[in-house]
Amino acid sequence: MSEENDGKKFMFVNRRAPYGTIYAQESLEVVLIAAALEQDVSLLFIDDGVFQLTKGQNTEGVGMKNFSPAYAALGDYDVSKLYVEKESLEERGLTLDDLQHLTWEDEDDDWAEKDSIRLISRDEVKKLIEEQDVLLSF
Amino acid sequence: MKYAIMINEGPYNHQASDTAYNFCKAALDKGHEIIRVFFYHDGVNNATRLGVPPQDDRNITEKWVALGKEHDLDLSVCVAAAQRRGLLDEGEAQRWGKDVNNIAEVFHITGLGQLVEACIQADRLVEFGD
Repeated sequence: MSEENDGKKFMFVNRRAPYGTIYAQESLEVVLIAAALEQDVSLLFIDDGVFQLTKGQNTEGVGMKNFSPAYAALGDYDVSKLYVEKESLEERGLTLDDLQHLTWEDEDDDWAEKDSIRLISRDEVKKLIEEQDVLLSF
Repeated sequence: MKYAIMINEGPYNHQASDTAYNFCKAALDKGHEIIRVFFYHDGVNNATRLGVPPQDDRNITEKWVALGKEHDLDLSVCVAAAQRRGLLDEGEAQRWGKDVNNIAEVFHITGLGQLVEACIQADRLVEFGD
């Protein structure tokens, strides 16, 4: 997928932990539809939202559906921009190693496999949000 | 300006739907256009016609129905979120073998594509939730 896209710039802001509420799971459903409709989709994970991307999730104890494998499919939907706020990770004692290794294949670079997760600072978040056409916050 | 509205919380427990209603009313009064009101997450519960709030309280669903009729609003309810929570129109109730449907008039069941489409067409998406 090229970085250029004729669609609007949609950013999904994920602020909540993956379980406890359904926001994260239902947010992902909108992401997939926006991607299917060929919009320029990116995801931002801040606050407890960074927990959504942690690897090794096991929901057996809470009896909720473990939907975390779906994040690995985002690359196939041309969703290649998953921004994670560095400060939110640090405040929760997490590092990049605690997150799933998510990748996408760059059509413009001989289908090279590239990392989808991009660590950004709180200051960069502000700039990124300003660049968007549509913000969906969950 | 063309607005798309998204409501993510159910009635009464949260103020989101009340605030969205007031926003829509004010925007329409000022001559703006509301291209779609999309109910998602627990927001789909705003569409039930079976709610019976106490008489000295507002009936949020009826307020939406009245506003929808007055301004010919598109009140869209996400089908997947609605099915999960037991919000069914006549067709859905039949399809799933349920003995009742509960979608109020004016509201209609639709898909997430309609939300994304509204975001594309609108100048602004305004989201009401938590």
